[in-house]
Amino acid sequence: MTGLDLAAVIADPTIKIIICCGSGGVGKTTTSAALAVRAAESGRRVVVLTIDPARRLAQSLGVEQLDNTPRPVSGIDTAAGGSLDAMMLDMKRTFDEVVADHATPDKAEAIFANPFYQALSTSFSGTQEYMAMEKLGQLSAQADEDGRWDLIVVDTPPSRSALDFLDAPEHLARLLDGKFLRLLLSPAKGPFRLMGVGFTLVYSAMEKVLGAQVITDVKTFAAAFETLFGGFRARAQDTLALLGSQRTTFVVVATPEPDALREASFFVDRLTESGLPLSGLVVNRTHGSELEISAERALALAEDLQTASRGKRQSGHRVEIAALQRHADRMRLIERERRLLARFSGSRPDVATWSVPDQPGDVTDLEALRLLGSALVDQH
Amino acid sequence: MPTSNPAGGRRPAWLKPPRPDGPRHTLHIVTGKGGTGKTTVAASLAAALATAGRRVLLCELEGREGISQVFGSRPLKGAGERRLISTPAGGQVFGLSMDPENALMEYLETYYHLGLAGKALDRFGVVDFATSIAPGLQDVLLIGKVYEVTRRMIKNMPNAYDAVVLDAPPTGRIATFLNVHEAVSDLAKVGPIRGQADAIGALLRSEHSIVHLVTLLEDMPITETIEAVADLVPTKIELGWVIANMITPTSLGLDQLRLAVKGRLPLKVPGLSEVDNKILADQFATDAQRLLDEHQRKERLESLRLPILDVDLDPLGIDEAGILAIGARLRDQLAEEIRG
Repeated sequence: MTGLDLAAVIADPTIKIIICCGSGGVGKTTTSAALAVRAAESGRRVVVLTIDPARRLAQSLGVEQLDNTPRPVSGIDTAAGGSLDAMMLDMKRTFDEVVADHATPDKAEAIFANPFYQALSTSFSGTQEYMAMEKLGQLSAQADEDGRWDLIVVDTPPSRSALDFLDAPEHLARLLDGKFLRLLLSPAKGPFRLMGVGFTLVYSAMEKVLGAQVITDVKTFAAAFETLFGGFRARAQDTLALLGSQRTTFVVVATPEPDALREASFFVDRLTESGLPLSGLVVNRTHGSELEISAERALALAEDLQTASRGKRQSGHRVEIAALQRHADRMRLIERERRLLARFSGSRPDVATWSVPDQPGDVTDLEALRLLGSALVDQH
Repeated sequence: MPTSNPAGGRRPAWLKPPRPDGPRHTLHIVTGKGGTGKTTVAASLAAALATAGRRVLLCELEGREGISQVFGSRPLKGAGERRLISTPAGGQVFGLSMDPENALMEYLETYYHLGLAGKALDRFGVVDFATSIAPGLQDVLLIGKVYEVTRRMIKNMPNAYDAVVLDAPPTGRIATFLNVHEAVSDLAKVGPIRGQADAIGALLRSEHSIVHLVTLLEDMPITETIEAVADLVPTKIELGWVIANMITPTSLGLDQLRLAVKGRLPLKVPGLSEVDNKILADQFATDAQRLLDEHQRKERLESLRLPILDVDLDPLGIDEAGILAIGARLRDQLAEEIRG
């Protein structure tokens, strides 16, 4: 198992984008915020993009309201010449902007009013991922243009699976660009004429299931979106190219739990398979102990104390017993985490890994983010 | 037992109240922030509900395979409803992994007998379109499948389950997920989908269904739990328990913990060196602080005025034995709910 050196990652001026990914609840948001704070205070001009609707980063950074625009985070030590901006993705607004940029005003109006667009822009499970990528593209372009930032740290959406983040842009593009929508637009023309029979079957089936009004809405949606087809696919491809370039690196985040490590394995394999650049794995919330007494010995000692105090009127060594039992639990937890991590590293020996100890309190302010940043970056 | 629908709207005639000899609720929906152990709690609840002679179905969404992982069994995806365990009490827990494509094809087959057309739909990318884009259709298909398995009991069907436990989407998405029939109703003003959506809504708001929230005694999960409750109240779906998971067990009182934090609790284990005793005391002071923090955060949870259940942290991790152990504890605490 090699150690992941995040200090080198954030110090490397050729790395312009760091993407933190992993399953839900592993501390992606705090990890990206802590990395961003640390990078800013060591001299990089950083913008951190967070997506989570629970506005956790807003809480963590003490910023009351994050919207679709990057805003400076106050309280950052700029002595080293760095800076930190933070922003929260507004998925619907980003989507609206994409539509407004690529459609004529009256077409855009028609799209905004369509119930399918409204649903797509607010509740489609892949839209958040797609718009996060869209926003990342915009930030990257802006950074190239005006030089306001030299590092973008991205927190990924709390997806069902960590892989959604990579797949969603292509998936959405495929749908909007797809055979079915184009078919709805011109069922009886050109190369689709041959599919006529199949299509009629499909069409009547859909009408039966969905009702005529829904079909009409879908058709209106398709008609309005026609000009944007293709554009979506091209943008998804640009995004994937950006992700695969030398300027980007991925940091996979997990906790020492089977579920989180399994997701991390999937993600690592997927990155490798797609040739995307991986820095390594951060394992949050690991446990340790300075007391070199095994769980078995601690429990034996506790038992001795229990036996010794039996029959006595005073409760005897209650505190000692409680402390020894807690220590035994801690040692079991440590042993279990060690085994889980060894299994991960054994199966993927080339992945650099870094363990971050469980933070005693919740990470809710800059000071806690600095401490977490130190645990992430400084050799311990 | 009230027969009117609290949210208004017609109550379908088939929607009879739960049987007095079965669990109080037929459908248990378990949500929680990612990482809080939602799947573990859902599985334990299923085990607790599976008393002698009962059949309980444990469902998961989105092919996460969390259920097969905790039970150490083969993947559930595409395997239909498969028996996972027989409980020590003599009941059975079945598992089902639901995905929107299968649910859609099944739906079309059941209600429209669309053999060939169904396949054509798939070929034209309609299934992909419908399950991905169309407004929450993915969700409505999944909740539709939950509805179907739950309704079997109410309709006295032979393959019925006494209870269905759903390992539901996380707190951030739960209200949208359970409200999906509303979203569909907005889009489809008439037609069969609309009728289905209304029936799903009626079942969810009836005395058959209840939502439980799993949390850790940490700030973020508690905040999300409180937010989720605020989001869920307007759905009119009954709220059940808040399950505080992975609690650090202790035999000491608050006063002693406070002393331990301040380093004022004398600690001397005979047979340990002075240095080791010191390290043990320091380590215990940190643990005691954590215990005090947990206690304080629990007061925030209590502001929700929902019953709270405690589940202790198992340092060995969760496997089938762990699930059964938590299940046994839940059964003791939930006797009135389980009724078996």
